Amino acid sequence: MSGFSMNRRGVLKSGAVLGAGLAMPTIFTSAARAYTNEPTGANVTLGFNVPQSGAYADEGADELRAYELAVEHLNGEGDGGMLNTFSSKELGGNGVNGKKVAFVTGDTQTKSDAARASAQSMIQKDGAVMITGGSSSGVAIAVQGLCQEAGVIFMAGLTHSNDTTGKDKKANGFRHFFNTEMSGAALGPILESNYGKERTAYHLTADYTWGWSQEGSMKTYTESIGWNTAAAVRTPLGAGDFSQYLTPVLNSGADTLILNHYGRDMVNSLTQAVQFGMRDKVVNGNDFVVVVPLYSRLMAQGAGDNVKGIFGSTNWHWSLQDEGSKAFVKSFGTKYGFPPSQAAHTCYCQTLLYADAAQRAGTFNPCGIVEALEGFEFDGLGNGPTLYRAEDHQCFKPVLVVKGKDNPTSQYDLLEVVDVTPTEQVMYAPDHPDFAGGDLGECNPGA
Amino acid sequence: MDAILLQILNGLDKGSAYAMIALGLTLIFGTLGVVNFAHGALFMIGAFCAVVMNRLLKLSVETIDETKTDFLGNPLKVNTPYVEAWFGEFGTTMIGYSVPLAILLAIPVMIVIGIGMERGLIKHFYKRPHADQILVTFGLAIVAQEIIKANFGANPIPQPTPDAFRGALDVGIYLGFEANAVVYPVWRFVYFIFAAVLIGGVMIFLNYTTFGMVVRAGMADRETVGLLGIDIDKRFTAMFGLAAVVTGLAGVMYTPILSPDYHLGMDFLVLCFVVVVVGGMGSLPGAVAAGFLLGILQSFSAMNEVKAILPGIDQIIIYLVAVVILLTRPRGLLGRKGVMEE
Repeated sequence: MSGFSMNRRGVLKSGAVLGAGLAMPTIFTSAARAYTNEPTGANVTLGFNVPQSGAYADEGADELRAYELAVEHLNGEGDGGMLNTFSSKELGGNGVNGKKVAFVTGDTQTKSDAARASAQSMIQKDGAVMITGGSSSGVAIAVQGLCQEAGVIFMAGLTHSNDTTGKDKKANGFRHFFNTEMSGAALGPILESNYGKERTAYHLTADYTWGWSQEGSMKTYTESIGWNTAAAVRTPLGAGDFSQYLTPVLNSGADTLILNHYGRDMVNSLTQAVQFGMRDKVVNGNDFVVVVPLYSRLMAQGAGDNVKGIFGSTNWHWSLQDEGSKAFVKSFGTKYGFPPSQAAHTCYCQTLLYADAAQRAGTFNPCGIVEALEGFEFDGLGNGPTLYRAEDHQCFKPVLVVKGKDNPTSQYDLLEVVDVTPTEQVMYAPDHPDFAGGDLGECNPGA
Repeated sequence: MDAILLQILNGLDKGSAYAMIALGLTLIFGTLGVVNFAHGALFMIGAFCAVVMNRLLKLSVETIDETKTDFLGNPLKVNTPYVEAWFGEFGTTMIGYSVPLAILLAIPVMIVIGIGMERGLIKHFYKRPHADQILVTFGLAIVAQEIIKANFGANPIPQPTPDAFRGALDVGIYLGFEANAVVYPVWRFVYFIFAAVLIGGVMIFLNYTTFGMVVRAGMADRETVGLLGIDIDKRFTAMFGLAAVVTGLAGVMYTPILSPDYHLGMDFLVLCFVVVVVGGMGSLPGAVAAGFLLGILQSFSAMNEVKAILPGIDQIIIYLVAVVILLTRPRGLLGRKGVMEE
């Protein structure tokens, strides 16, 4: 019987072989994958992370419709939509970088944790090379952070808080949608010319990142035109009945109510403000007015007649008559039977912009995409000449000031564009105090 | 003073909804001993009866207006509701009054849903622990809200306030205040009066009819009433239907105040359970009193002057009251001695 013996040399040899064996998969992986989810087959997979349930499910459904339309157009199906009007002519309707575009979807439920979980799943299980979507700033910021860590690009959907491209900006994240600072800058002069310099505003504000951001921007711009702020009251998200927050407005001496609410909260607070007779009141010799800084057509439908005559701002509106908007409305309207919302528009644009950047970069490597998008100037996507600023990955383009239409001709014809505020008026310095505290950092290719 | 009066009015109208829902919850708990977490869904279904009635009245004949175009440049399709085509202005008025008219739809619908729920599902859980009842009824509530979302979407659907009750009433001038100091929406007064009539009606029914007396006797001692040869189960099933109707009608009439969406029931559910606990499990007057009390407290806690001293109090006041009540008087304000005290 021979005994098992091991000398020093044997241990070293075995250790070297074992070490090489363990290291082997990692060596092969890193050689095969230069970045997270580098596509190796005939398809490239995009992840559409939208609210399919919860309070913003209708908005999410519209976003998903737009994403599906964008994928059709990228793959050469349909009428091509805004690919025909986009100033960059890199995309030819034959996929991106020779690969057919496929997609997977996730449900954010308008909750940060659920949104991160679905984005994580799309990255890890489905191999998504880019995540896009969302109808809430809280969700966008959470998913943007995850994408930065995972090494994939995040193309934000509907997110309006300054923080998305301010204190929470990330190198892998890009926002086409406008923000509260731009809303304030666009609305300020319109409010001044329509309502004068001597007014007292009362803010009701949704108590989360977007609401705080919107309230701050509106206070800055209304106070700069001489208005006073009577009070700024935070209301819980999804309060439903706002009567206990509205009644103090009646005796506050305010003649203007600014509703920093979105979605269901906006529909309810505006409807109830009208029921309390606020729009029939005269205070300080002024007619009492209501302002809704961020409008959407879907919300306007929910609020019905109550939106008539009320000013707000929006990123895009289907009634615009530029060639890009007309092409998009035609594609979307023909396919789905109704005009697209601003959420649908921004999501469609983000998909095209990502695809175009990948095509121009010749890679899906996030660092290549970042380089292609930073400082990119384009036109033909419905907002006029637009810049993706390198310093904060925020798009700069004209902002629409809209007003609830007095005589709508259909259930979609609820808002009229009263002003297109030029880009120079809504542009701010990258080191603007309301955007301070963040750092883009370096692009992360992952893998 | 005017601000305080306004908050009292707010509390009364909030309390009206709480009281009606809590009354239904208490009827079910008191008779069948079931903790019904699907009760908020009944409120939501009632609200959607108003939506359905509005849509029924708006069923339209489609014509093409060649002189106008839609958003795609095609000739505009114009929808004229049948009731307007048939009855002219009266038809338009009917659409405007779709909410009160929806009561006619909601009563049979809620009876069918209430009795169907009790006979089809909940009766199988009478002898099961409360935890099982909560799980199954909560699951039922989620199923109901998902069905509503799938059919009506997730956005709130505004419902019209009837023309005669639109706008706000300047109640301040009747009480010696300046003009416009205390104005309050007319429909909220209507809702309060409706709640008072409905709650009063249920109380009278339970206290002054033979049926009601048998039910109350059954609530106090089910076994003895059964031994007297009375089929108490049938009466309790009817009470489940009545509770569903009360809650459904509360939902119908609430729609001009709060545009209904699929989540409406959940918004009220937890609050109304707190109302029931504060009022006293199984106590009908307790549920009503606690509904109004908590509605008023919630409104006062949202006053800026109160929040300046106690920030965030508006969001916790109801739960704070519940904690205090459970610690000091576990049977609730008007609960029977012994209930929840063992």
